[in-house]
Amino acid sequence: MLHTLSIGELGEKLKSAQISSVELTRHFLARIERLNPALNALITLTAEQALEAAAAADARRAAGEDGPLLGIPLIHKDIFCTDGVRTSCGSRMLDNFIAPYDATVVTRLKAAGAVMLGKANMDEFAMGSSNETSYYGPVRNPWDTTKVPGGSSGGSAAATAARLAPFATGTDTGGSIRQPAALTGVTGIKPTYGRVSRFGMIAFASSLDQAGVFARSAADAAIVLRAMAGFDPRDSTSVDAPVPDYSAALGGPLTGLKIGLLREFFEGLEARNSALIHEALKIYRGLGAQTVEVSLPHLPLSVPTYYVVAPAECSSNLSRFDGVRFGYRCEQPKDLLDLYTRSRGEGFGAEVKRRIMTGTYVLSAGYFDAYYLKAQKVRRLITDDFRAAFGQADLLIGPTTPTPAFAIGAKINDPVTMYLNDIYTIGANLAGLPGVSLPCGYVDELPMGLQLIGPHFSEGKLLNAAHRFQQATDWHAHAPRGYE
Amino acid sequence: MNLTRQDVEKIAHLARLSITEQEMPVYVTSLSSIVNFVDELSRAQTGGVEPMAHPLDGQHQRLRPDAVTESDNHEKYQANAPAVQGGLYVVPRVID
Repeated sequence: MLHTLSIGELGEKLKSAQISSVELTRHFLARIERLNPALNALITLTAEQALEAAAAADARRAAGEDGPLLGIPLIHKDIFCTDGVRTSCGSRMLDNFIAPYDATVVTRLKAAGAVMLGKANMDEFAMGSSNETSYYGPVRNPWDTTKVPGGSSGGSAAATAARLAPFATGTDTGGSIRQPAALTGVTGIKPTYGRVSRFGMIAFASSLDQAGVFARSAADAAIVLRAMAGFDPRDSTSVDAPVPDYSAALGGPLTGLKIGLLREFFEGLEARNSALIHEALKIYRGLGAQTVEVSLPHLPLSVPTYYVVAPAECSSNLSRFDGVRFGYRCEQPKDLLDLYTRSRGEGFGAEVKRRIMTGTYVLSAGYFDAYYLKAQKVRRLITDDFRAAFGQADLLIGPTTPTPAFAIGAKINDPVTMYLNDIYTIGANLAGLPGVSLPCGYVDELPMGLQLIGPHFSEGKLLNAAHRFQQATDWHAHAPRGYE
Repeated sequence: MNLTRQDVEKIAHLARLSITEQEMPVYVTSLSSIVNFVDELSRAQTGGVEPMAHPLDGQHQRLRPDAVTESDNHEKYQANAPAVQGGLYVVPRVID
């Protein structure tokens, strides 16, 4: 049962030649073939290239090389450019787009010897919280296929939960790693803004976008994040700071760690959800941590702030899709304006057009100050709240989502209700903070996530706190029925 | 504040998006509800607050030496273009 093993365990088996990467890759490809049709988690399978990459990893190992990801399979969110492989971003606009280069995340994981099995489904241009806005149809949650897996990295989350790969990449602009990780019972980390390169990651909202990891444990996520992170001169906001060995720091004591309970996250929170977080706090206290209550008074404004800032940035970023240089072009354009408007009107889906128009509106003459500038000011107030909270606590804790996975179709026609799914995750993006979601129990037999948020560049501390929780509990080891 | 059909038509034009007759009422309703939702921001006291454009304060735009670092890949890049002729992108006639 190779798919039940951790990245560390698989690495040991590869190192001791009990298995080869080609065998491991075949095992996961067979699982994908059998289980993906019911989930729609992957939209492109790269079996041939995967077997070649696996053979190359085996050859590197035979030549004496070693590394924690050498020969380990993965799935990339289809937002990352992959040289020679379709990179659709979940959109009709890029249905025919063959990326001409690799994203830095892809380059780094390739260099580490990880083997790409395919590309994961996602909300179109990462705009969505349910994976229902994809041009390729919704992803289904392996815990209950009538439910959404969350979004926008829904395919990566569902694939990780269904054990279709040991890990997957994702991106998080307003919660797109943490929210689907919570709803599918896996571990997801969104690093500090600037920690992982955005080069070759199709842009949505450039001041918020950050790449991260889905894995089945914090220990696995630590291995992957170390390989992905680091300075990249090709990303103008990449931070030039050394990447610590996250794995080496795991297991450290939590004695004296101050965990801040976010008051605003518990106001109106359903009792069963709240009880799970309080159970987790008991475990942390048992591990020697102290808990204090902290407040982020402006947090209730984080969703409206986000839904001004993110659409504004998206309307600028997505202006590159003009039907001229790449992507979808309408049939028989009568003039240049018709070419632009129909290529964009037909190439983008409903939610993407809604966000582009929201962004265009808040940036337009007469509304810029009232909306965009105002939102940027509130963004600072929210960030200052976090800074003050970190004066009282080392890490902050709360739920990842207000509810467990909801039914496919339940919220898709009501954008504001859908946007409120991200109420607990958006704050970290606005402030550029790292956050992790880890499984902490069930509501209505569906997994729920515990969220930890830390100061800038505290990924090591976050992963250790998550790891210590996972040593004391086994929620993260549960597999959905049929995917054990 | 609710947006009118004329508002949405103007926004769609600015965004260079064609919106079908069928889609129009959906956007009038949903964009109005989004605008009303984000109007909540007007409650916040922001006097004297510096707007924040970027999450990491103190970062500066980096400069690099003025040297050629990219090779010519135009054929590979243009392989994704809908219409190319002689290395140039083809669009409908702009000037008669």
